[in-house]
Amino acid sequence: MAVVARAGGDGGGSSSEVQWCFLQVKGAIDEDVAEADIISTVEFNYTGDLLATGDKGGRVVIFQREQETKSRPLSRGEYNVYSTFQSHEPEFDYLKSLEIEEKINKIRWLPQQNAAHFLLSTNDKTIKLWKISERDKRAEGYNLKDEDGRLREPFRVTELRVPTLKPMDLMVEASPRRTFANAHTYHINSISVNSDYATYLSADDLRINLWHLEVTNRSFNIVDIKPANMEELTEVITAAEFHPHHCNVFVYSSSKGTIRLCDMRSAALCDQHSKFFEEPEDPSSRSFFSEIISSISDVKFSHSGRYMMTRDYLSVKVWDINMENRPVETYQVHEYLRSKLCSLYENDCIFDKFECCWNGSDSTIMTGSYNNFFRTFERNMPRDTTLEASRESSKPRAILKPRKVCTTGKRKKDEITVDSLDFNKKILHTAWHPMENIIAVAATNNLYLFQEKVN
Amino acid sequence: MAAPLGTGAFTEETGRDKQAAQPEPGAEPKGKYPGLGLRPGGAEFLMRRLQKGQKYFDSGDYNMAKAKMKNKQLPSAGPDKNLVTGDHIPTPQDLPQRKSSLVTSKLAGVCWNVALPSGGSCILLGHFLRGS
Repeated sequence: MAVVARAGGDGGGSSSEVQWCFLQVKGAIDEDVAEADIISTVEFNYTGDLLATGDKGGRVVIFQREQETKSRPLSRGEYNVYSTFQSHEPEFDYLKSLEIEEKINKIRWLPQQNAAHFLLSTNDKTIKLWKISERDKRAEGYNLKDEDGRLREPFRVTELRVPTLKPMDLMVEASPRRTFANAHTYHINSISVNSDYATYLSADDLRINLWHLEVTNRSFNIVDIKPANMEELTEVITAAEFHPHHCNVFVYSSSKGTIRLCDMRSAALCDQHSKFFEEPEDPSSRSFFSEIISSISDVKFSHSGRYMMTRDYLSVKVWDINMENRPVETYQVHEYLRSKLCSLYENDCIFDKFECCWNGSDSTIMTGSYNNFFRTFERNMPRDTTLEASRESSKPRAILKPRKVCTTGKRKKDEITVDSLDFNKKILHTAWHPMENIIAVAATNNLYLFQEKVN
Repeated sequence: MAAPLGTGAFTEETGRDKQAAQPEPGAEPKGKYPGLGLRPGGAEFLMRRLQKGQKYFDSGDYNMAKAKMKNKQLPSAGPDKNLVTGDHIPTPQDLPQRKSSLVTSKLAGVCWNVALPSGGSCILLGHFLRGS
């Protein structure tokens, strides 16, 4: 569970361990979880003031952080509902006899440029740009119509007046501004906004397209790995992301555990990579399932842009983008599952796609596991912690106790054995506030928020 | 010489055979996972992944099945709805239900959802809703 290999790294985190305490939990408590309520993506915006979630029912819920006020000092840092809307609806592709799920695969925020907030949300086939704006004023005193909108009789209009703006109850409006459709034959797994704030990419299993935020009827294909003969298909694209600072650079990961970095300046079609990241396989750990568990489920650049992190089934790896032949750090998430791969294949858990995230200073990384456990790895120490998102530890400001999985025969008190882990309770989606130590953890249909303990 | 993957076979000296009776955790007999083949990440596996959820309807199959069923009772849909649907005649009860009117997410708790002519929606955040 500790770091396996290190070859230098970045990070400048504090030396004392972060203690997490419970902040809030959102969602229903009932045991019967409707499929539509399963959270499928979680994302903070650039300031961390807004937190968006998407679910399998195609709905988006946005939470806003409460400002600290004198009248409600205890509610500082709490996230409350700001807006909710139905982003995608179920569709049916009649030509291919395919149901198109409304499940929101990814949400990505755009940097804020005016009073409104914009985000991109995508399901398997269609990406939508949503505008979320506030309205707290209403114009009153129109000349041609009454307050309730009825047209006034022309002869009653005896004088000209200037309408005035009067305050009203805050209304948060979500409206779809663009729909980017019909560009993906296969299922979209990633979207990523470019640092130029004008373009973004969308990736499916075999292709990556580049869009301009203003143009919906055209997109450019920049990566196409579909072989001429589908019988020769050996790998698919699993995730893609733009570099945080270089608007010409993006990476995509594959089901074979490789990452390709592409430079859009070199060619219009980036089928030829600029860099190819692959760790040589350890022959002693080769097994029947090696290829399946090497599939990368998530790739994320560090905020600095110097590193990228990949998540495969059993581990998280940090890569220096200047070094292609191996990662600089490897963290085992749940190595105790290596001997259980057969049963995890049989119950399909081996195909679970876990995400990973960086903290704001890139000193710590976080990813989920089973039994509603999630893990944080402090890169500098190195130090790792296992925590649990559960209703039992959900008392206000309760400190989260680290959990431990027992891998030997002798189970200590408070430890849990591998066989008693609940594989239906999986934490696939987590998010870290861009500047502070606040984390959002999606546990099936519940969203947990944890905050660093402040004295 | 390395043992072929997935067969659980060992080619070490006979003296170690008894100890080697316990198969390696990863080397499962091929027969247990016939769909996987020797290479779990192979083309058929990926193609199945790309085509997940597809149901095909062939009107020719449907008409053939209807002709066959003319004199017999209509069979109900089996549990395997993913295969070609021409062999059984679907009844209204068999068809998957279209999602009924969409409900507000439980994450949002209680709030008033208003549809706007622009195609969007908004929720009214009055003083009684803030902080819920």
